[in-house]
Amino acid sequence: MTAPSTARAEMLGRIRRALGQSRSVEVERHYHRTGALVAGSGEVLDLLAERLEDYRATVVRTDASAVPRVVADLLDVPSVAVPDGVPAPWLAELTAEVRRDEPALTHAELDDTAAVLTTCRVAIAETGTVVLDGGPGQGRRALTLLPDRHVVVVEADQVVHSVPDAIARLDVTRPLTWISGPSATSDVELVRVEGVHGPRDLRVVLVDG
Amino acid sequence: MSTFLGMPTVRPQPSRPPRDPLRWGASFPHAAHETLADGQLRANLRTATRTIRDKRRRVTAELDDWEQLRDAGAAIKASAMARLPDLLTQLEESVTARGGVVHWARDAAEANEVVTGIVREAGAREVVKVKSMATQEIGLNEALAEAGIDAIETDLAERIVQLAGDQPSHILVPAIHRNREEIREIFTHRMGDAPEGLSSEPRELAMAARAHLRARFLRAEVAISGANMAIAETGTVAVVESEGNGRMCLTLPRLLVTVMGIEKVLPTARDLEVFLQLLPRSSTGERMNPYTSMWTGVTPGDGPQEFHLVLLDNGRTRALADELGRQALHCIRCSACLNVCPVYEHTGGHAYGSVYPGPIGAILTPQLLGVGEPGGPAGAHDPTGSLPFASTLCGACFDACPVKIDIPAALVHLRERSLHPPGPHAPSATDVSMRVAARVLSSGRALRWAGRAVALVGRLTGGRAIRWLPWPGSLWTRVRDAPVLPVRSLAAWWARRSLR
Ligand code: SF4
Repeated sequence: MTAPSTARAEMLGRIRRALGQSRSVEVERHYHRTGALVAGSGEVLDLLAERLEDYRATVVRTDASAVPRVVADLLDVPSVAVPDGVPAPWLAELTAEVRRDEPALTHAELDDTAAVLTTCRVAIAETGTVVLDGGPGQGRRALTLLPDRHVVVVEADQVVHSVPDAIARLDVTRPLTWISGPSATSDVELVRVEGVHGPRDLRVVLVDG
Repeated sequence: MSTFLGMPTVRPQPSRPPRDPLRWGASFPHAAHETLADGQLRANLRTATRTIRDKRRRVTAELDDWEQLRDAGAAIKASAMARLPDLLTQLEESVTARGGVVHWARDAAEANEVVTGIVREAGAREVVKVKSMATQEIGLNEALAEAGIDAIETDLAERIVQLAGDQPSHILVPAIHRNREEIREIFTHRMGDAPEGLSSEPRELAMAARAHLRARFLRAEVAISGANMAIAETGTVAVVESEGNGRMCLTLPRLLVTVMGIEKVLPTARDLEVFLQLLPRSSTGERMNPYTSMWTGVTPGDGPQEFHLVLLDNGRTRALADELGRQALHCIRCSACLNVCPVYEHTGGHAYGSVYPGPIGAILTPQLLGVGEPGGPAGAHDPTGSLPFASTLCGACFDACPVKIDIPAALVHLRERSLHPPGPHAPSATDVSMRVAARVLSSGRALRWAGRAVALVGRLTGGRAIRWLPWPGSLWTRVRDAPVLPVRSLAAWWARRSLR
């Protein structure tokens, strides 16, 4: 095996030689750096709901007081994984068995868990996207991957209009998962099939007021 | 259960496994001759490319700043290339600071050696893989197999291609050359655990793949991925996907190896806002792909606890040395140029004999392999040298490209490079006629005039075969009949067609 430092030095040398006298390039950004719609506004929530439904995700809009009821209805399954930081009142009416990730659930246990309930970090209306960053109420990534149903609660002030709006709010060094509808494939004759490896069933609770 | 007596088992495409996935088989015209004879393939392709094309047009029209996003995307890429040494060392620092290990690989063999070494060290006999062009380009699966390691492709289309013993024929939908009945056959005969009586319904096929792969995800110790982009400033790597197989590979195993071409590095996290808009809309024609994963080194308690990033050259620095050609390195592999290309639509991906088919392949592959360089492949009859000629220069790829790569200009430039290798060289007849053609084709105006002239002759000859052309055309007609001339030039035909 060759010394790794040789490869590094040689590649950097090749690149410098290839570039020669090439001049630096200025990057101008004339695209919309911020979305037109106000974060958390009624319009932005409408847009998010519409775009999510376009991906065939289930969307339920509710006010804060009804969240426990709505969450319980959406989680009519035997078991649900619940990460740390999900507000305790949300669990009040659950009939499903609650599985905490403490001590960490094994992959087999998660695979055997019917659903997962989480919060999110930010949601993007224009693209119908919910972003998780592993913060409070979101858990580690395996938690939202193996159970077949993902119920995610999005609060109005977390909803921004555009992708640049979301990037401005995110710390990209956290483990990020951007979710836009349930998993899907179009690999067989371009026929769209929803639900391959990730959760086949995405349910979004949109809380306003 | 019904049996289909006499149904031939699916034969691999191409029929023999290539030695080099970057370039295999005959010259483009010869390979295209074969694929053009496949009516089924052409029908599949027509439907597929049209469907994606229409979707893409709808979702890109939705953004009123689409053109500005394309401009920014092109500028970010150009500026990243100009600062490549700094960005790569910065990326190395950031990844290392977050607990990752960075490797540098000058060529395919070195990259394969590095990856094989890591997997061996981990003691794994099986790895799960996320669809990745870079690992296909270097033939990693074959290298792992030689080391006794089973690499399982987990993207549905890639798994179909792998089980069939095929080569992919499209960047985004690698199994576009297979229809549902063939896929059912492939699964039934090769998957090992296909359900009894599997039908050819796409949903049933996808669910069979889900069950087949689930067990492998759960037991996987090591995953191998590519990268859509990596941020120098933070060390963040991003993978964009649809099925969730990417999330499985990036999350469940204990060790992750990512192989990434050096051109994928972006300067800042802000740049993500441009490419996460350009890529999904250009690629699958969606506002956003179902899943995008980003990770930075190792996160304690979440995901793989060991992370290796392999930075791959394999000819990229060669391409970088060509001031006009280097824009091929801006490519974000969205495949929009394939879907709009009239040549690709007819010949399919296998005619290009490379993991990189279509217009982008026609300019990238020759550069990675050093076309026209001393000792490099050259000439219009060479398999690699012929690739830049696989185009009508209609310009549809340029219009579709989210980072505004001027593919037609690069094609013409590479035709020149292919026909003019340095050193003493007596030009052949084809070389001369091709060179004239290259000159005519390099100028939009000359091309339109030439087109009109041909159309005029076409009308004069009334669609009869032409046995003789004046010089330099005579160099061509000496060995064959000129094709029956159309009464309208392609440029005129295309202009009328695009107006519809
Ligand atoms: S060349 Fe442009 S259009 Fe073609 S795959 Fe690359 S980015 Fe997409």
